[in-house]
Amino acid sequence: MSPHLQVWRWHVTMLTSILHRMTGVGLYVGALIGAGWALALASGPDAYHGYMSLLASPLGRLVLFGLTVALFYHLANGLRHLVWDSGKGLDIKTANFSSILIIAFALAASVAVWAIAFSIGAVK
Amino acid sequence: MSGYRTPLKRARGLGAAHHGAGHWIGERVSSIALVPLSLWAVFAALKLALYDYDSALTWVHEPLNAVLLVLLFAVSFIHMHSGLRVVVEDYIHKPFSKAALLILNLFVCGLGGGLAIFAILRVALSGAPYVSL
Repeated sequence: MSPHLQVWRWHVTMLTSILHRMTGVGLYVGALIGAGWALALASGPDAYHGYMSLLASPLGRLVLFGLTVALFYHLANGLRHLVWDSGKGLDIKTANFSSILIIAFALAASVAVWAIAFSIGAVK
Repeated sequence: MSGYRTPLKRARGLGAAHHGAGHWIGERVSSIALVPLSLWAVFAALKLALYDYDSALTWVHEPLNAVLLVLLFAVSFIHMHSGLRVVVEDYIHKPFSKAALLILNLFVCGLGGGLAIFAILRVALSGAPYVSL
């Protein structure tokens, strides 16, 4: 394993690094779910209704909410990686602060999107 | 003579994978494209959750929606391929398992992206917008 989890003290930038990979792998599955949606749409009304009711099931919703968090997290942390690539924001204090900010943003944005989904009736 | 080479000359092309600058840049360029595309995807998903089958077909018939969907799938699958490739290279060290997973990653992304894009184009290009009878 890399970095060596058993000898490193747990810290928030380590958490955000691990979460970036985990959410990336999660979004990999999410994109396959998206591809399944496109295939269902092209396969006709029965396939489409079946697929959409699967997504609307409790398990489907749980997965979709998880994917929403993963998307906002990976998006925000990906932007931070682009900033880091320019050599900025790499000192420990800034990196720790931006880590907390990104986790908070991912959760807040996901709750906001699902609140909108409920309020417009996209999720019943 | 090799003593006269700069560290950069030695480092160039000799990382763990013996290549990678192109991969590194490609991962970042695709990530920049995915910023607006993924935000649009959230917006699109909210809309599509409200639509029935006919409305979804009509929505995909809109040229802008069709093009953005194709770009979203294409860039996502390219980016996913880059990302998971690095994960496999980092954690899987047995040569056969590593090669098998790298090929599987490529094939899953190629097939998934290909099918999704074909499905979108098939709906978008299937004549006049679908009208419910």
